[in-house]
Amino acid sequence: MGTYIPNTKEEQLRMLHDIGYKDFDDLFKGIPDQAKIKGSLNFPEGKSEVQVSSIVSGMAEKNKVFGKIFRGAGAYNHYVPATVNAIGDKEEFLTAYTPYQAEISQGILQSIFEYQTMICELTGMDVSNASLYDGASAAAEACAMTLDRKRTTVYVSESVDHRVREVIGTYSFGRNTKVVLVPEADGATDLNALKEMIDADSSAACFLMQYPNFNGIIEDADQIASIVHGAKAQLIMSVNPIALGVLKTPGEIGADIVCGEGQPLGLGLAYGGPYLGILATTKKNMRKIVGRLVGETTDSQGERGFVLTLQAREQHIRREKASSNVCSNQALCALKASVYLATVGPKGLKQAATLCTSKAHYLASELEKAGLKLTYGGEFFHEFVTECPDSEKLLAALEEKDILGGLPLDGNRILWCTTELCTKEDMDEVAATAKEVFGA
Amino acid sequence: MKLIFERSVPGRGQDIFPECDVEVKLPESPLREKAPNLPEISENELGRHYTKLARASRGVNDGFYPLGSCTMKHNPRINEVMASLPGFTRIHPLQPADTVKGCTEVVDTLRKTLCEITGMDDMTFQPAAGAQGEFTGLLLIKAYHKSRGDEGRKEIIIPDSAHGTNPASAAMAGYDVVVIKSNEKGMIDLDDLKAHLGPQTAGLMLTNPNTVGLFDENILEITRLVHEAGGLCYYDGANLNAVIGIVRPGDIGFDVIHLNLHKTFSTPHGGGGPGSGPCGCKDFLAQFLPGKRVVNGEYTQAENSIGCVTGFYGNFLVMVRALTFLLTNGSDGVPELAKNAVLNANYMQEKLKDLYPVAYDTTCMHEFVMSLESIHKEKNVSALDVAKALLDFGIHPPTMYFPLIVDEALMVEPTETESREVLDNAIEAFRAIYKKIIDSPAAVAASPVTTPIKRLDEVGAARHPILKYDFSQEKAE
Repeated sequence: MGTYIPNTKEEQLRMLHDIGYKDFDDLFKGIPDQAKIKGSLNFPEGKSEVQVSSIVSGMAEKNKVFGKIFRGAGAYNHYVPATVNAIGDKEEFLTAYTPYQAEISQGILQSIFEYQTMICELTGMDVSNASLYDGASAAAEACAMTLDRKRTTVYVSESVDHRVREVIGTYSFGRNTKVVLVPEADGATDLNALKEMIDADSSAACFLMQYPNFNGIIEDADQIASIVHGAKAQLIMSVNPIALGVLKTPGEIGADIVCGEGQPLGLGLAYGGPYLGILATTKKNMRKIVGRLVGETTDSQGERGFVLTLQAREQHIRREKASSNVCSNQALCALKASVYLATVGPKGLKQAATLCTSKAHYLASELEKAGLKLTYGGEFFHEFVTECPDSEKLLAALEEKDILGGLPLDGNRILWCTTELCTKEDMDEVAATAKEVFGA
Repeated sequence: MKLIFERSVPGRGQDIFPECDVEVKLPESPLREKAPNLPEISENELGRHYTKLARASRGVNDGFYPLGSCTMKHNPRINEVMASLPGFTRIHPLQPADTVKGCTEVVDTLRKTLCEITGMDDMTFQPAAGAQGEFTGLLLIKAYHKSRGDEGRKEIIIPDSAHGTNPASAAMAGYDVVVIKSNEKGMIDLDDLKAHLGPQTAGLMLTNPNTVGLFDENILEITRLVHEAGGLCYYDGANLNAVIGIVRPGDIGFDVIHLNLHKTFSTPHGGGGPGSGPCGCKDFLAQFLPGKRVVNGEYTQAENSIGCVTGFYGNFLVMVRALTFLLTNGSDGVPELAKNAVLNANYMQEKLKDLYPVAYDTTCMHEFVMSLESIHKEKNVSALDVAKALLDFGIHPPTMYFPLIVDEALMVEPTETESREVLDNAIEAFRAIYKKIIDSPAAVAASPVTTPIKRLDEVGAARHPILKYDFSQEKAE
């Protein structure tokens, strides 16, 4: 049995005697006997580190690590700069608790303040929180921020990732609020439908769009903003942070709340988590934002310092009247995202965005040459949908070449994604494989 | 300490990305007008900046961290090594099922082990934190009553000693919160419970041992009463470390639970996350569990699922760490966690209670609560002052002002991974502070004196919030 308990059996017994207990049974005599486990637990006994390492490594080896990845759909295969994990693994950050004791937590507090600043810069918003669990739960919290007694209905575009929509649905089941789906047309929000639906509903609290959307298309956010604000509802934009390296920011568009999946900022694929929920808003909404916030202040000697602030919104003070039950954030993931952004800098972020979108356009045109059709006409960022006679056949052929192709949406449609890690050579191989498979 | 933006020099930076090997093409959609003010900094300067921040932070590896209710136990290194294997970190969550057999084995093994530990039949790992686990569990309760057409059940009963997340989660799940009293022994007042149970009761949320560190002696009666009234029993696993391997929530009447892998199962807190808050339940609730799940290597969808609470399968790399911890400790080691956590807490309580009165003078579980009410009254030294004084001894303060039912509370949770010497040192520090309280109370109230930053103006921070760096200030200089 491996153990992390320092005291030996003899020391434990001595301590027990020292404070007046015969043995451990004596120590636990306050628990009724009927409540206690009879016999032992039914799973293997403890093992040495060598054995454990071999068992868990064995599990990791049963997974297939693809050399080339063309799949996104909410989890993106970006390069993770060496600095990110080197700094994220520092044990002072790794093993710390939430920075309640500000005097000995200035490092973590400052890192969160820097994160908040970087997210504001990236999104063009006034206020960012210290992060949430992931993009989907951040979207659900963003929607909840807009609800009040009169405004009780959340509008969500069909072009938003269905996983994000599902989480919003779950949260609304909790709060007994209504979610209405706005249909898409040609892969993007149907603007006429949106206007008709939202104008007719005085209970409309917000409209959530994704930018770029699930199909990869860059929606006409300016138009959407004017429709949504025309109906006196709030605009929530679920963003891809890498795309904001080039695209017009939600701040410039006039969004009220920004949420998003921060995973592309140096977090790796990790079979779906831990990721990072981005949440930012306007100054007007500042006191409605959920989750932790770090603010600048001074100490008793006038030195600059940082503290958790505006805690009157939070569960440990307001209990059932709190804006949310959130108490942790994803601090370590937020730290890694900050290190990522500081490492690549403004030029690097633009370069990453440019590489992603340029490659997507190259792959799309090569796949078209190979006989696949683009499903939608709209302008896309780094994801796009194609049609072919048999999605699975093409993906299986790619898998044989160590390539994880796009995500099959159905028997004919595939959602492709490119990042800066996709080389021209790899993309040519994908296109050549498509040609082979479909004999074009 | 300089902010990273104050270290930035235009034109500096690092070359991470290659030249584009295809035609460069930017979208024709509107582009951002101004580049974001991100730092422009060399790798050396970046590294040193974060090393400075790390030195101004405090983790479990820096010293004793008896933060009540948070279970700040040692985070084993092997967990980290396992969680950084490329076979886990480089797996896309939407890869074909036959290419992720290792990931599904991690999920399955952990699920089965934790079900055995808790006496539950099934479990979801989607919740990313304890609070989200609570929310998920309450939605299972809600879905259950709804499925039976029993929709008049609108109340969740919560003791006054509960964590703030309990009532907040209940409100998010659309419930009215009914608060019941604790009795003079710190346990649930059975009469008050009975008075509030009825056809409107959806369920009871209970932390056991509770937040004053006591195992409720009437637990079997409590869960029986709730069931009799048609309600379900929710177990908040925040304090599972006290009874792991000794008591299983599923055996004492609980229908649904959440665990905190970042407390009981040794995964690091990361300065406030990522955690993991799996939600377990009995068979009859499994049909409502959140969306996509891994069961026996297959992806399944519960029949009447409440829907997902996060995008994929939860914080997978945190699960890898918890599994590694459980494989190491094994069925024989797990009960040792509770035994030693409880021993260490009682050891400290016993050696401090002559100076610092404990709120409930009895054998505690994994943590105990001291009340500084009389010290505060007589010497005008508060729980906060004592907490800050501990900083000067290199000890992370206990949890302050919680639970709310104890005045001037300090809640101490040593955990099982601290040695007797560490406990003895902390006991000495507490006793030295007490002496100082008697001799020079003003000095205690002025602590800390050794930290790089002194007490901060929190009121000012909330009144005039500065939540990001002001770049215009820089240009003005």
